[in-house]
Amino acid sequence: MTIPNHSDVASVPTEPVSITNSFKTTLPVLFGYVPMGMAFGLLLADQGYAWYWATLMGVVIFAGAAQFMAIGLLASHAGLFEVALTTLLLNSRHIFYGLSLIHHLKAKGWRKLYVIFGLTDETYSLLTAHHAISSQQGELTLNKPSDNQEEGLFQFIVTALNHSYWILGCTFGALLGSTITFDTTGLDFTLPALFMVLVIEQYKATQKLFPFSIALVCAVATLTLFDSDSMLLISITMTLALLLGKQQLDIRGEKSNG
Amino acid sequence: MDNSLYLISFILTMSVATFATRATPFILFHKQGEHPVLVFLGRYLPPAIMLLLLIYCVKDINWFVGKEGVNELTALTVVTVAHLAFRNPLISILLGTGLYMFLKQGS
Repeated sequence: MTIPNHSDVASVPTEPVSITNSFKTTLPVLFGYVPMGMAFGLLLADQGYAWYWATLMGVVIFAGAAQFMAIGLLASHAGLFEVALTTLLLNSRHIFYGLSLIHHLKAKGWRKLYVIFGLTDETYSLLTAHHAISSQQGELTLNKPSDNQEEGLFQFIVTALNHSYWILGCTFGALLGSTITFDTTGLDFTLPALFMVLVIEQYKATQKLFPFSIALVCAVATLTLFDSDSMLLISITMTLALLLGKQQLDIRGEKSNG
Repeated sequence: MDNSLYLISFILTMSVATFATRATPFILFHKQGEHPVLVFLGRYLPPAIMLLLLIYCVKDINWFVGKEGVNELTALTVVTVAHLAFRNPLISILLGTGLYMFLKQGS
């Protein structure tokens, strides 16, 4: 009598890609990026720069940590070589992000370039989680062209939405940061909450504990031995090394068993 | 005018450097095909990095001093329980953040 409504039963990856769907996926990032971008815009405006500089930086740089660092570099009138070098060092963790996305990045052409441009911590997290969940459900194992096309479109829209939230935050902060009366204290907790959710989702998808134990050991070691500002790069490098070691051990184990 | 020129070159430099870090692996490894090492990393690097990003967010808390970190721990527990119960990311995150803002602004 009635046609069953599939969208009620289906979970995110099986629904056709739509703006609404991607919007839902990126909502936590919206609540994280707007206050963080506003903090940046406010700081930059405090240095006496017109609001559109904050917008421009949000549009063409799109990297939180680097933009905060830029405020200090601008104040000290840093040379361009120093700017390039510190940015490369600060963002070098992104190299490892791409490393694990190479086969899963389905966007094509200029859209692919754009997704790579917008590969922030948060974009990377959403894209890898989406892929892990959909391949766990067997949706993408066949690698049908239409699936790849949908995944590519999803990746592009998620990146564009995250980018627009960041630009919005930077601009708002620079324009009206000082006149805001709503108490946003604690709103940026959406980002740790998002990562907590993604830890759970990644565990459900991989069903393995070793990535987490390795990461935990590396994080504790880094925080004990080094200053906490450089934690991400050092701990990610250590984690990568240990994972590679684990992979080699697994191969040897298979060979000696077979 | 001079300052605008500096600002524009500053922003472009930072933009190119950031893009370089994000694009490097795609340029270096795009011809590697389904290399077992890359497949392994593609599967197990993301879960490890998620945990590292989570720890990074709470790294500046002095866990062993007084009541510091209690708000964060409470809110993260709520996120975890809500997520295991409903498995709806948005509900988990909104509950946790709402509670955290309440605790933080109340104290």
